[in-house]
Amino acid sequence: MAQPKNFGFDEEAQMVRDSARKFLRDNAGIESLRKLVAVDHVEAYESTTQPNYYDEKLWQQIVELGWTTLAVPEQIGGAGMSMVTLAALAEEVGSVALPSPLTSTLLATTVLREADGPGAKTALEAIVSGGPATLAITDESGSWDAADSGVAAKAQGSGATLNGTAYFVQDARKAASFVVSATADGGTALYVVAADAPGVTILPDRIVDLTRDQARVVFQDVEVAAGAVVAAAGKGEAAISRATPAMLTIVAADICGAAEWQLQTTNEYAQIRTQFDHPIGFFQAVKHPIVNMMIDIDRARSLVYTAACAIDTEPERAQWYARMAKSAASDAAAFCSGRSVQLHGGIGFTWECDVHIYFKRQKHNQMYLGDGSYQRARLAELADQAAA
Amino acid sequence: MAERKDTPEQAEFREHCRSWLAENKPAPPSFRLPISAIEVMTEEQRDYLASWQNKVYKAGLIGCDYPSEYGGGGHTNFQAVANQELQRAGVPYLLNIIGLNMAAPTILQHGTEEQKKRMLPPLLSCDEIWCQGFSEPGAGSDLANVQAPAVRDGDNWIINGHKVWTSLAHFATWMIMICRTSSDHKYNGLTYYIVPIADTLGVTVRPLIKITGETGFNEVLFEDVVVPDTLRLDEVGKGWTVAMTTLTYERGAAEGAGSGGGKGMDERLDELIALAKRMKRNGKPAWQDATVRDKIMQLSIRGEGLRQLGRRARVAALCDHPMRLPLQTKVLISEWLQDVAACAVEVEGAYASLYKGDERAPDGGDWPLAYMNSYGFTIAAGTNEVQRNILGERVLGMAKSK
Ligand SMILES: Cc1cc2nc3c(=O)[nH]c(=O)nc-3n(C[C@H](O)[C@H](O)[C@H](O)COP(=O)(O)OP(=O)(O)OC[C@H]3O[C@@H](n4cnc5c(N)ncnc54)[C@H](O)[C@@H]3O)c2cc1C
Repeated sequence: MAQPKNFGFDEEAQMVRDSARKFLRDNAGIESLRKLVAVDHVEAYESTTQPNYYDEKLWQQIVELGWTTLAVPEQIGGAGMSMVTLAALAEEVGSVALPSPLTSTLLATTVLREADGPGAKTALEAIVSGGPATLAITDESGSWDAADSGVAAKAQGSGATLNGTAYFVQDARKAASFVVSATADGGTALYVVAADAPGVTILPDRIVDLTRDQARVVFQDVEVAAGAVVAAAGKGEAAISRATPAMLTIVAADICGAAEWQLQTTNEYAQIRTQFDHPIGFFQAVKHPIVNMMIDIDRARSLVYTAACAIDTEPERAQWYARMAKSAASDAAAFCSGRSVQLHGGIGFTWECDVHIYFKRQKHNQMYLGDGSYQRARLAELADQAAA
Repeated sequence: MAERKDTPEQAEFREHCRSWLAENKPAPPSFRLPISAIEVMTEEQRDYLASWQNKVYKAGLIGCDYPSEYGGGGHTNFQAVANQELQRAGVPYLLNIIGLNMAAPTILQHGTEEQKKRMLPPLLSCDEIWCQGFSEPGAGSDLANVQAPAVRDGDNWIINGHKVWTSLAHFATWMIMICRTSSDHKYNGLTYYIVPIADTLGVTVRPLIKITGETGFNEVLFEDVVVPDTLRLDEVGKGWTVAMTTLTYERGAAEGAGSGGGKGMDERLDELIALAKRMKRNGKPAWQDATVRDKIMQLSIRGEGLRQLGRRARVAALCDHPMRLPLQTKVLISEWLQDVAACAVEVEGAYASLYKGDERAPDGGDWPLAYMNSYGFTIAAGTNEVQRNILGERVLGMAKSK
């Protein structure tokens, strides 16, 4: 075993986690989350354009705290922190179900740092100076395959012209720039495109989750210069694939944090809600599923740290562990979400009760980048490759 | 290669374990060994396994952290290293598991100086085998309902009663036993003894046959058995507290005097995948079937999750509650073993009907056997239902279930 016993969770990681925890609990607790995203169901789900709920002031503070630069390599002005540190941060973000472009920016960063085009460096520098970024790499079918893209690139001088649509773009309305994958002659290429570039249109989706926004991003004759090439044709797919373990791990960590909130909230309720003269946690039909929530979370969380540690120290195993982590986390998200509503009874079924906010975020993250069975199919392929 | 973060002493010891195990790994026996130590039935099996444990002990891989005056190695934090290396080496399992993982830590914590000096060395070396007489016909999950009476008679105690499911009693010299010394208090009316059961007047050991057709556990009857007071462990009326020490170790929440060997999780999973590649489903190898692949990968993830949970349990900064992860171990491992065997049986399809002794049975009929046998693990050592009560109550603080 080439991994350090403590997953590389060192003092630095602990400091980042503990200060993030304190900051988020002080500034983004459940009260403010409810006020932010869940005041008005009509506004949330029936406005002509779905609101893009997030606290911009808080986001500025997060940028000032340097969280968006944690994954950026030091040479480019970032903090170059370990993946284990990032996972710990992502867990804290999930535990308060934070609406912000942080996760999207971290995911974009993991792709950018795997690419060697001039645009990669520029885009990372833009992130360091506070600009949120997001990935626009998914096609209409919702495929998570790095080779599939809904955008085509045509060579144009030393740059390219982009046409097509990227689907399921996360936090599209919060991002300052998109990292776009496009099919070009010679294979997949990656480009960085400003959100306000001519020819870019953001068409917001209407989504279930109240803690993020999502959109289709249409590119119509969008011209990108040579300096905006993140990965040249034929190199984009590999860059996304190399970043995939980190992407999966960050989302899985977010899920674990949110699932822990679901566990603690449901557990508290099981201790205060009384029926048949007992707190409902007395009944094993309530107690045991809550214990099973904990078991699911602890499995996923252990695998998240293993995956993060593999990315830091054992990259050849990173994809294996990261897909395990995402599979376990996706299943935990599904189970914990279901139980959190069911075990609250009638109140759990209402807009009043905070569990719906987490339920919705978890269902979104469960599918995002591939659910449990999707990951397991990829794992079986990896097992076949290892055996061949 | 040393594990990262081994101390220099641990690294050196790990080297010793590895080279010793490489040189001394025994040839597989000509006869079948059961799945685990608690199914050992024949003298042939016992002798083979006892002599293996004895060699491992002499090489210093058992009782490493026990004081040398009690037959131990006198080291600190060596046992975990030895256990890891034993598990990795693909060697036979240790026979005296009730001794090593339940009796030894209980005696070390609660015993008198004489008890420790007398009991521990032959326990570690496997010269004396131990069994556990806790369960009774009327006391299983509700263990504190134990009724077997112990009545004081001068310097002795007179013990009666009926113990059941007593693994290894047929080979045991000693039994750790809880008896009722007062009927006024449920919990404070129990006292803990070390009872000689081999060739003892008034003790009858009768095998019970398991669901698999194998034996390995017994009922033990006590009829006016005389036990000297010097074999009482800790104070009269403190039996429940002492039993809790035993159970903490039994459920894997703390490390005993030695473990490891036998089939590891990776090996079982590899065997399952190999089986799925051989067995046919819809005319193709079962391994090509998406449902089968999904199930097996699910088990692979759960297995890895369990291993990594054990690792995380040792990183305080990544644990919210000290007992939250350790108390899950028993539930996770037993359910994993059960589900791996269940999956293998499904993969076998029609062939799952064939049992040991049928020459066409895949893997010698081991999978249906392992599947049936796995219920022993989800029932023994506190059923998984009871474990979930404990997790809900002690870790999460929910109201105590009746
Ligand atoms: C293979 C094997 C080896 C064993 N070896 C030993 C040994 O060496 N020494 C020894 O002393 N004992 C041994 N045991 C006994 C074991 O500890 C008991 O079988 C176990 O504690 C359960 O007790 P019981 O059999 O009386 O079942 P019961 O307690 O009667 O349980 C029956 C069912 O009811 C459920 N149940 C009971 N109470 C509750 C509750 N409060 N909440 C929810 N569900 C509940 C149980 O989970 C179970 O499903 C062994 C058992 C097995 C299977």
